[in-house]
Amino acid sequence: MSRYMLLLYRGEQGPQSPAERAAEMPLWNELQESLRDAGLLIAGDPLHGVDTATTVRVRNDETEIVDGPFAVTKEFLAGYYLLECADLDEALKQAARVPLAQYGSVEVRPVMDMGAPATAGEQAAAAT
Amino acid sequence: MNAAERSAASGGPPVAVERAFREERAGILATLIRHVGDFQLAEDAVQDAFAAAVATWPRDGVPSNPGAWITTVARRRAIDRLRRTRSLADRTDRLAELARLDAQEHPPVTEDSLVVDDRLRLIFTCCHPALAMPARVALTLRVLGGLTTAEVARAFVVSEPTMGKRIVRAKRKIADAHIPYRVPPDDELPDRLDGVLRVVYLIYNEGYSASEGDRLVRGELCAEAIRLGRLLSRLMPDDAEALGLLALMLLNDARRSARVDDAGRYLALDEQDRSRWDLGRIREGKRMLEAATRLRRPGSYQLQAAITALHVEPANRNDTDWAQIAKLYEVLARVSPSPVVEVNRAVAVAFASGAQSGLELLAPLLEDPRLEQYQPLHAAHAELLRRVKDSAGAARAYERAIALSANAVERTELEGRLQALDSR
Repeated sequence: MSRYMLLLYRGEQGPQSPAERAAEMPLWNELQESLRDAGLLIAGDPLHGVDTATTVRVRNDETEIVDGPFAVTKEFLAGYYLLECADLDEALKQAARVPLAQYGSVEVRPVMDMGAPATAGEQAAAAT
Repeated sequence: MNAAERSAASGGPPVAVERAFREERAGILATLIRHVGDFQLAEDAVQDAFAAAVATWPRDGVPSNPGAWITTVARRRAIDRLRRTRSLADRTDRLAELARLDAQEHPPVTEDSLVVDDRLRLIFTCCHPALAMPARVALTLRVLGGLTTAEVARAFVVSEPTMGKRIVRAKRKIADAHIPYRVPPDDELPDRLDGVLRVVYLIYNEGYSASEGDRLVRGELCAEAIRLGRLLSRLMPDDAEALGLLALMLLNDARRSARVDDAGRYLALDEQDRSRWDLGRIREGKRMLEAATRLRRPGSYQLQAAITALHVEPANRNDTDWAQIAKLYEVLARVSPSPVVEVNRAVAVAFASGAQSGLELLAPLLEDPRLEQYQPLHAAHAELLRRVKDSAGAARAYERAIALSANAVERTELEGRLQALDSR
């Protein structure tokens, strides 16, 4: 089993008004429940809007705090799921079930396992 | 085993190494990946085993079963490498399994079906949609085709370090993202197999089209694609499109050496010396096409193969059944619609029912902005205009096609036709 982070990006497409969002809620609830029932769900939450974002950088011991997201793009990070899946295929299958995938993008990233020892693949790759 | 080692390989034992490399490497690798559960580790171990064969076979003689020898040495190297690896979550289990396999005096004859499964798994892993297309192609050639990184780099006209990085990155993604090493379940199989066939056909076309790069290496790409096509059709004998793709590649390949004359000039189908066609390839291609048709699941590769089969059919080029070809293109345009198919269909219709009918089909394509840079459209347009005696229009279209041509042989041919037009 491996952990995968599903990063949910959306832009101007998709539900905007509170009513439209409310109409979509049953789909999210259904997904959340089925992920939990399947034992795949570790965590998952929506995020507040980009206008609430603050970006922190430390350069030469100086902490720089900037209002706004890391990068201003048309698509923004709207939420995430942290899943425990057998392999990438399973994570991709779950990603396709996210309602936002219909109008936004779901980026699937394997989570590095810092608790367990590195795999031979990682070491071989690091050695090249 | 790199190119230098292989070119140094000439004589008895080196030939045996070469043959084992070509014929058995992918299967040995595929099985070892299943045993060690790690792509890179298995590949390094198999590499070590072939290096050992290069070093010892000339001295000690070729073992009676070269494949089994390589398998055993690779497994032992994998054990060494696993032990050296400082930490690995399931190292103990892997080592135990390998040690168990190694302890068997006479390893059981590996069941054919198991080997078949291993190779299929490997193909599906290399062609996984989570990898970028160039990476799928490179990985497939490197891992299943047994081309060296340098050869793959030369074929795709990129530097060896660039190609090396591309392959390493793909392997790292397979390991880190846990791209599964398995044949996809039935619900995903059709889509995924489509993807695999696309990779193989892309490799073939890269070799066949020869838009740039070393012609010799390009020929090797065609040969590798056909080898992969044979492998797939053997592994999945019930898949009509896998057979169709193999048929298509064989029938095209039959004409490969006849496409260019001794002076390097490009020859159109009707100018080719038919005695230079490879009859063995044509026979095999037709046999594959018949086998595919019997499965009664038509598809785009089978249709393209059927069209190509009609092209190579008559001994006399004037007997080509253009009406039938035009009809097949019409079906193909429905099954897998693409502007490219439409252009070919227009040309076939022009041969079947006159240049004017062809021009009518080309008209909407010439308006399509996606086809503005599509050289074959403008070459076909020029040719049809010439036939209806519109010299001025033909000249403009030839110039357009020449400007878009990336291939020197093809450009020379078009320039020749343009001049023939002027001299009239």
